[in-house]
Order: sequence, then C-alpha cells, then structure tokens
Amino acid sequence: MAVAQPLIDRRTITNWIGVAPFALFAILFLIAPTVYLIRGAFLTPEGDLTLSNIASLFESNILAAFSISVKVSAASAIGGAVIGFALAAAISIGGLPQWVRNAVLTFCGVASNFAGVPLAFAFLATLGRLGLVTIVLRDVFGVNLYATGFNLLSFIGLTITYMYFQIPLMVLIVTPAIDGLKREWSEAASILGATTWQYWRLVVIPILWPSVFGTLLLLFANAFGAVATAVALTGSSLNIVPIVLFAQIRGDVLHNANLGYAIAFGMVVITGISNFIYIWLRMRAERWQK
Amino acid sequence: MNAKRIWSWFVVAISAFYFIMPLVATFEFSMRMRRGEYSFDAYRSVLSDQQFASTFGYSVGMALITIVMNSLLIVPTAYWVRLRMPQLRPVIEFVTLLPLVIPSIVVVFGYLRLYNSSSFLPFTNSDTGTNILLVFGFMEMSLPYMYRSVDTAMRTIDVNVLTEAAESLGAKWHTILFRCIFPNVLTGVLSGAFISFAIAVGEFTMPSLLNRPAFGPYLALIGANKAYEPPALAIIAFAMTWISIILINITTRLQKGAAGAR
Repeated sequence: MAVAQPLIDRRTITNWIGVAPFALFAILFLIAPTVYLIRGAFLTPEGDLTLSNIASLFESNILAAFSISVKVSAASAIGGAVIGFALAAAISIGGLPQWVRNAVLTFCGVASNFAGVPLAFAFLATLGRLGLVTIVLRDVFGVNLYATGFNLLSFIGLTITYMYFQIPLMVLIVTPAIDGLKREWSEAASILGATTWQYWRLVVIPILWPSVFGTLLLLFANAFGAVATAVALTGSSLNIVPIVLFAQIRGDVLHNANLGYAIAFGMVVITGISNFIYIWLRMRAERWQK
Repeated sequence: MNAKRIWSWFVVAISAFYFIMPLVATFEFSMRMRRGEYSFDAYRSVLSDQQFASTFGYSVGMALITIVMNSLLIVPTAYWVRLRMPQLRPVIEFVTLLPLVIPSIVVVFGYLRLYNSSSFLPFTNSDTGTNILLVFGFMEMSLPYMYRSVDTAMRTIDVNVLTEAAESLGAKWHTILFRCIFPNVLTGVLSGAFISFAIAVGEFTMPSLLNRPAFGPYLALIGANKAYEPPALAIIAFAMTWISIILINITTRLQKGAAGAR
C-alpha cells in the first residue's frame, strides 16, 4: 500500500486498445445505424419528440403489410417446423439407412443457403403460370391450377416458396436435439410399461419443446426479414413489410422519412422479440444435450 | 418392415418430391428457349452477357475484400478477447448475434441516412466510398458466422500457452499473430470465409439500395426482363451453393481432424 496505484494502469489501456477496432466497427456499422433509425422513429421531421410515427404504423395499409408479413412468416415457420421435425425424426430415429440421413443432411445444408433471388426464379419456373408443375397438372391431370384461385404471387405462394429454406433449416437445427434423446430413456419408459404415446407425451415432448419452439421463432424471424425472394418473386405487387420498406428507401413513397424509420423499428421489434426468445429457449434446450 | 419405418420412408419421399421438383422444373424451363426442342441456349445467352461477367466479377471482388477485412478484424479480436479480456466474451458474443436480429434492410437504411453526403462520414459521396461502405455491410452480415467459426477453431488451441511460448522465444506481436495464431485457426477462418463469400456474392438488398453494380441486383433485373435466362441463372446459383457447401464440409472435417489429433 506504499505506492499509490494510478487509477488505470498501462495494461488495462492496452487491453482495451486491443478490442477497439472491433468496438469501432460494431458501433459504426451495426449499432449506430440501428439506433439512428430507432431514434428517428420517435421524432418529427423537425426533430421534436412524437409518437405519431409509431401511431401511423397502425394505419390500414401499413398495418395490412405487417399483418400479411406476420402471416406469411408464421405460416412458413409453422409449416417448415412441422415438416422439418417430421423429416428430422425420420432420419434420426426412424430406422432409415445411414446414406439417407447423410443425403438429407447434405441437401439441407445446400437448400437452407439457396435463398434470395434464384429461389424466386426456381419457383416461378415450377408453379408460375408457365411452370412445369402448372403445365403438367393442366395437360396430364386436367387441373387448371390458376383457375382454382391459386397464385404464386400471394400468401400461399410465398409460404410454399419460403418453406424451401425453412424446412432444411429446421432439420439442421433439430436433428442434433433428436439425436440427443438417449436410448436409455425409451428403454426405461418401456420397461416401466409406458406406451409409445406416453413416452412421447411425458419424455420426448417436454425435452424437445424448447428446441422446437425456439427454432420455430428463428424461422419466423428468418422469413420476416427476407427481402430478396419477395421482391424478385412478386415485384412490388404484394404488400408485405420488407417490400414497403424497400420501396420507401428507394423513393420515399410514404412521403415521410420518419414513417420509414418507424417501419424499420417495427421490424426490429418483431425479429428482436422472436430471436431473444429463441436464444433463451436454446440455452434451456442445451441442458439436455450435454 | 414396421410402421415406424414405413412412416419415415413416407416423410422422406414426400420431402424429396417437394425439394427436387423445383430443381427439375427450373432445369426444364431453362432449356425451353428454342421453340419445340430442348437446348442450352439460355445458358449460352447468360454466359455471353457482358453484364453477367462484369457484375459477377464485381461481386466476387467485393467478397474477396470482405473476407480479407473480416479475417484481419475477427481473428485478432477473438484472440485478444480470449487472451486478455475473457470477461468481455458474453458482450462480444451478444454483439456478434445482433446481425441475425436486425434485418439487413434496416441496417442499410441506417447507412444511407447516417453516411449520406451531408454527414460526418460521407461514404456515399463517391463510388469508392460506397464500395467501402458495402464491404463493411457485408462484414456486418457475415459477422455471426465468421466470429463463431474463428472462435470455435480457437477453442481447440491454448492461446495463452502459444503466446507465452512465442514471447519467451522473443517473438513480436505481429509474429505471434500472423505466424502462430493465424495458421492454427486457418480452418475456422476458411469455413467462415466461404459463408461470407456466399453471402456477399448473392446479396441483393444492400448493393441494390446502395446502387452498386453487383450480381444480386443483376439477377433481379434479369428476372424482371427475361423469360428463360432466370431459371438458367437459378441452376448456376444452385450449383455454386453446392460447391461452397462441399468446400465448407471439407474444411470443417479438416478442423475436426486437427482437433482430434491434438
């Protein structure tokens, strides 16, 4: 205690200098732009505090965009999660040969990355007005798909298209969790006289639900932020949030920059909530995967 | 064959149909260009298009710069945090997850407002400035994947021991970083690099809103104006995704092999 320590020693300073480039990068290119938009969502063009931008999110056309976005994201996430889970269970505990499992997992790795503009092209060539499936259904089976009210540029079309990257993502995340079900658990259950249904209801579902539900939220956020597929698929004919924001950035179509900020804020709130619940559930789920 | 296996085969078959059908249809559509017979004319038309070469070249160039910048930023940071600032790890991990939470359209909207010509950092004033901004944007988008793969690779080596050994042999910091740490986490850097590459080459939103002549906006433009070229481009993109996934698999396998040998 004889020598007075300086408040901050040199080592501490070098320590912080080492992370300074990363901190600068994160602040300039991730945090500041987001904070700027969020702040702008609560300001008038003149710079006064206001809640009117947030209130205008609830005007009919913007609310409709949010509502169809949420519906498409939720439908593709739920569809992706259900089919993805069935597929993951089939390759994990379904008693299929190893090569099927390897093939499915490798394909899922590719398909989960096959998004954006090319995915839209693929579905236009499949289910568009001149797509192969549309033509085969018409010429071979005599079913005119577009006469039944189906349209690729609609809620149902977008949902089917999004599921092309949602199902593989679900398979990739949930397969390790299903693999983590220990053989002893099912043996113990059957020794104690449990039926398959009881085993699933009392053991499997309680263990897996955080993984499954968490991944569902991740899929939701994933679809909600997808811009490229939607723009390439529908042009601007479908009124969903990313397209509205895209058009606003391109040419101030809402005639109010701060309303654009409010839409961006709304998107961050929705993806933020679902991602944070995902991360929280993921931590819960990992307790069983040790 | 019991019920469980029949059910499993059924699920796999249905899924396979859903996943393979669009690929078949896309391929079939891409060959319809010549009336009445199948041909590869659409591919010829795509590959001979001057804009295809120039936008693809531009995107590949930007992707390579992104990979170099990413490595120079992420490897030293992950190393430093493990060595000196372990208490910061949760914060850094949280920050690296943020790009998954904030959609890229929101981030680029922020860039356009924050770095326009009248701001303190007028990136969008010149083409070079906008290119630099785009590289930072790609770095932001690939941050979660890059950081995770580098940090995972770093987990298999003991950075403290390596650093002390190098220091006691008289190595300076750049020797430690570039000749000791970098080679040891190279597989992690590579697998992060492939993901960054795929993101940067295919990205539509950022270059489109920053008005750069990149591959993603070119694809969208072709999609809006041509009939048979888009499916051909989709097939090419799918093949490229396959190749990068195979490369990622090879590098992660090498990484596991290296970790197992230790």
